Amino acid sequence: MITPAAIVSTAAIAALGILCVALLITVWRVVVGPSLPDRILALDMLTGIAIGFIAVVAVRTGFSLYIDIAIALGLVGFLATVAFARFVLSRGTVGDAGSGTRRRGK
Amino acid sequence: MLDYALAVVTAVLLLAGAFFALVAAIGIVRLPDLYTRMHAASKAGTVGSGLLLLAAGLYSGELAVLARALAGFLFFILTAPVSAHLLARASHISGHFPADISVRDDMRMR
Repeated sequence: MITPAAIVSTAAIAALGILCVALLITVWRVVVGPSLPDRILALDMLTGIAIGFIAVVAVRTGFSLYIDIAIALGLVGFLATVAFARFVLSRGTVGDAGSGTRRRGK
Repeated sequence: MLDYALAVVTAVLLLAGAFFALVAAIGIVRLPDLYTRMHAASKAGTVGSGLLLLAAGLYSGELAVLARALAGFLFFILTAPVSAHLLARASHISGHFPADISVRDDMRMR
């Protein structure tokens, strides 16, 4: 008979594997770009995946203080995205020409 | 018996959260422009990390930890549309337009 801890441990290992694949795919988007807002969006997504990693580690180790760390990381990620959006608003048009987006001629 | 129910629910939440995160990552790579990628990142990504957080809170077995996990999930749901909207507005104003495959762009009319 499978114990409950074995069920959760197997699911946590599978979730870690799937999250690793998701992290690598998102890092690919950060590297490729093609424009600055694409990279900012992918970095925001990376923060979300990191929160997921921390939650899975909290399940595996049984150390519930990790949840507070995940919430703090979510707050930092939100503020970073807002700050990056302000940065794009002020000087996002400078020198990041991309193939996926067209731009207004100035 | 209750242990088994809790373990199965936690395992399902873990796998579902990881699956949603993977779907969001695939959407970020495969969709054509910034504004469609934003849908994948801010909807599926938020649900993925929120479900994983909920699994961690549920498996701890303490009410205080579960309440914190629920508060975190609520916080992510509240902040994800705000950051996505700010980024979309900033990038549209600074000249990044939707891809040619998009049907209409209401903000360009103004």
